[in-house]
Amino acid sequence: MTQILVQSLSGLASAASLFLVAAGLTVIFGVTRIVNFAHGSLYMLGAYIAYSLVTWLPRGHFPFWGGVLAAALAVGLIGVVVEVLVLRRIYKAPELFQLLATFGVVLVVQDVALAVWGAQDLLGPRAPGLRGAVDVMGERFPLYDLVLIAIGGAILLLLWLLFQRSRFGVLVRAATADREMLGALGVNQRRLFTGVFFLGSALAGLAGALQLPRESVNLHMDMAIISEAFVVVVVGGLGSLPGAALAALLIGQMQAFGIVLFPRITLVLVFLVMAVVLVLRPYGLMGRANAAAIVLPPEPPLRALSPKGRAVALAALLLAIALPPFLGDYALVVLSELAIAVLFAASLHFIMGPGGMASFGHAAYFGAGAYAAALLVKHFAAPMELGLLAAPFAAGLLGLVFGWFCVRLSGVYAAMLTLAFAQIAWSTAFQWVEVTGGDNGILGVWPSAWAVPKLAYAYLSLALCLGGALLLRRAIFAPLGYAMRAQRDSPLRAEAIGIDAFRVRWLAFAIAAGFAGLAGAVFAFGKGSVFPTAMAIPRSVDALLMVLLGGVQTVMGPLIGALAYTGLHEQLLRVTQFWRAALGAIIIGLVLFFPRGLAGMGPRA
Amino acid sequence: MSLLRVEGLHKSFGGVKAVQGVSLAVAAGELLALIGPNGAGKSTCFNMLNGQIRPDAGRVTLAGQDITGLAPRAIWRLGVGRTFQITATFASLSVLENVQMALLSHQRRLMRLWAPLSAEDPTPALALLERLGMAEQAARPCGVLAYGDLKRVELAIALANNPRLLLMDEPTAGMAPAERVALMALTARIARESGIAVLFTEHDMDVVFTHADRLLVLDRGRMLAEGSPEDVRANPAVREVYLGHEGRH
Amino acid sequence: MLHVEALHAHYGRAHILHGVTLTVHAGQVHVLLGRNGAGKSTTMKAIMGLVPPSAGRVEFLGQDITGREPFEIARAGLGYVPEERRIFAELTVEENLETGRQKPRPGLRPWSVERVYELFPSLVAMRRRPGGRMSGGEQQMLTIGRSLMGNPQLIMLDEPSEGLAPVIVERMAAAIRVLKAEGLSVLLSEQNLFLAQAVSDRASIIERGQIRWTGSMAALMADTAARQAYLSV
Repeated sequence: MTQILVQSLSGLASAASLFLVAAGLTVIFGVTRIVNFAHGSLYMLGAYIAYSLVTWLPRGHFPFWGGVLAAALAVGLIGVVVEVLVLRRIYKAPELFQLLATFGVVLVVQDVALAVWGAQDLLGPRAPGLRGAVDVMGERFPLYDLVLIAIGGAILLLLWLLFQRSRFGVLVRAATADREMLGALGVNQRRLFTGVFFLGSALAGLAGALQLPRESVNLHMDMAIISEAFVVVVVGGLGSLPGAALAALLIGQMQAFGIVLFPRITLVLVFLVMAVVLVLRPYGLMGRANAAAIVLPPEPPLRALSPKGRAVALAALLLAIALPPFLGDYALVVLSELAIAVLFAASLHFIMGPGGMASFGHAAYFGAGAYAAALLVKHFAAPMELGLLAAPFAAGLLGLVFGWFCVRLSGVYAAMLTLAFAQIAWSTAFQWVEVTGGDNGILGVWPSAWAVPKLAYAYLSLALCLGGALLLRRAIFAPLGYAMRAQRDSPLRAEAIGIDAFRVRWLAFAIAAGFAGLAGAVFAFGKGSVFPTAMAIPRSVDALLMVLLGGVQTVMGPLIGALAYTGLHEQLLRVTQFWRAALGAIIIGLVLFFPRGLAGMGPRA
Repeated sequence: MSLLRVEGLHKSFGGVKAVQGVSLAVAAGELLALIGPNGAGKSTCFNMLNGQIRPDAGRVTLAGQDITGLAPRAIWRLGVGRTFQITATFASLSVLENVQMALLSHQRRLMRLWAPLSAEDPTPALALLERLGMAEQAARPCGVLAYGDLKRVELAIALANNPRLLLMDEPTAGMAPAERVALMALTARIARESGIAVLFTEHDMDVVFTHADRLLVLDRGRMLAEGSPEDVRANPAVREVYLGHEGRH
Repeated sequence: MLHVEALHAHYGRAHILHGVTLTVHAGQVHVLLGRNGAGKSTTMKAIMGLVPPSAGRVEFLGQDITGREPFEIARAGLGYVPEERRIFAELTVEENLETGRQKPRPGLRPWSVERVYELFPSLVAMRRRPGGRMSGGEQQMLTIGRSLMGNPQLIMLDEPSEGLAPVIVERMAAAIRVLKAEGLSVLLSEQNLFLAQAVSDRASIIERGQIRWTGSMAALMADTAARQAYLSV
């Protein structure tokens, strides 16, 4: 009984900080319709700034809490700067590009934090007077966590008052429901947007600052919190503040009790809840349907390559075939990685471009292929060839299972559900130590003897990955590809001529998953090992970046995007330790100036 | 013998009775216009016939077969073509490809992965486009067509499965005045030639009175009048609905 | 006061307005009549900047407002009451009114929540009720009140009688007369000739996105042929 009480208290403490982050994220989404990936970065900045202020100021109650508050306000202002400099210019751009821009901000902030505070974990001071623990019916419970619960409650109350009693709050609620009408009533949305960004960012900053006494400040805080905040916001319903509060409570308790009851699947649990909620209530607990469309302008019709384009493509292919014998080992490895990137990007493009479905969790299938191959090798001593053969089927099967849920939803919710499933896959790889080796991964996944030389493996990668990409291209030009584009362009018309959009999307999803799996398997044998990072969020984001850089609406896009992104990555790594910031700045610049992607700049491919 | 027969359709949304007891019949080769002021229940009625809305009560039969509550996909397979108030075509496909999709779907050859669509014989699709005067524009993407041309492409798509019945929701809305009459004249000609029954809603009274064989007037979800254009025009109840209660003031 | 010159507008690629020309004089109630689909709502949306005009010009109080953002047009003194009413369903009556509130305009008696309640007394009793839980007639009153809170000099009412019982339509007519007496100009769109006749000074008939007939309301009532041609079946 006591333990239940203590656990639920600790659940409340994590719910409090989750709520602070999620509240800002959901209000920003409600009003501006932007899914702000950089929200986690603002949280991390809050923690760093608070660390600097609190360690710099003399010890004491006032300096500590003053520092926390000042950090929150500073982060609020940073949010305003981001809004004014970047987001304000792209409110009318397609949602995916907005998302990409906010991810660019994530990268920039990461390196700013690295430059200012360094790579090591920073341990902040404990809150003065709150270091100890209290006795809760015989169990010890950290005093600071009790204070955190109180702060969470107080902020909830203040927000409630703000939204119910102030003109600003009334306008925010009205804008969330129908911002066009609000504009016709004379309300300047820009000012409202900036105000909302300040509020949301300050809340994220406050949440980060309040973590100072609980955990060390580090460069991974942004990604860790953003995926949890997404879960809370999506479970609560995008744009709904009460929904965020409810979902934060739910998720906080799930985490607290999950550790006790299902210690082996704590990570999966949260995402499982999200998946179940979205399957039962596609718009979250308290969300509304209007919030979620992802709309892209119509793309030009598919055309086979012009004779000139064909010649260029052929020349490039011949070059890729002729070049390897003259390359060194390192260059061969890079070549192989390029080929893998092309297939991975092409498989995501397959569902995003022609299919019109956004996936934030495509790494799940890449990883599934990699793990399938590695597990076969490790547990059944299978040869590489069998691993490479089985991987696409294993990943395709996973795609069939996850896709059955995901392809029913649309827009941001669908994207979030793919993210949730990817996190489930990642957590499984991470926590099922007996089978997957957990964080230590699976080692010794080596190719067959004939493919061990780097040259042979480079050719194998080229053959499998470019072959896979060509097969996908073929499917795009076949009736199925047209059916995918048809249901994307006009679901109404597709239904009216007998196209079963669900089946088309489902099949496409599974095919894309299968080819991502093949890329994953080639990757696994190339590295000789597999780690859970093969299916982590950053890898999904890599794929998204490649596709969006190349241009969603062009068949050659993923190829160009994969080459550009991987090449850029390599080059930036070489010239600067702050390659993330450079990459982020480039991404932001591209979104601001070339919203159609790289391939959209030149003649249509 | 009526091809489409509708008996006693009812539909409520929340507490609002949108459609209350509508019955109608359309024969092969006949054009029936469904008219009425805003909120009369035309769209609801229409969407119950094409499968987008399931009626609370009533029966819809097509050539004797009960199609009440079937999905739009299934209704299409039974030979019902549709055009939309705001045109719905595949913007990133060419005119030809739009029609080919309907043909392929009709032949159940959509889920193929290997042979490219461009290897398909374009003759049947081109023949349809020829009939509607759109063959010259076959290679253009639907995303750039003039609105009147889009309406013709929609009609070509709707005709691709050799329909027995055409359901047209405001076929001339959004078109330039001169094109309206031409499109409906074309529709009427095709319907008569091929013995297709046509049910359409329309606001443009010129179009209605020039091309409809019969009219059905709805008001507040109920059938107010039905008959030939002349009968309906002379009906005092219909005049009151359209001109307000001027007689009383 | 409001002058619209050769206005064209599209919905996607559908060409809805084919050169609408219309003048509303200060202090008058001007009704825009026409069947559904004729272009009444689109005319209002294009004036308000909610549908960007593809050609033509909108002048308000001598100022060119073509292509401005809706919030600027609203602040210039144009109120808009949409056909679908677009009440903020989760906001209370009082909060809905608050969303419309703008600075007072020199020379006009400023609108307040109390004044809206004077105009529509039945709203008082439900000031704390969410807009989504009101009847159609009550919502119509609220949406008019909400736009009045912006102290407009001209208010556009898009089919305020749609779906309302005759008693409520009479109530709307009375309210429009009160607004006119206050010196407000009104552009009204209607299919209901009864309401139009009861309140309007002038009328225009729109058909297929063009104005076909303009004149005084009395002249329209005398012109049976025009009514028959454009409004009846």
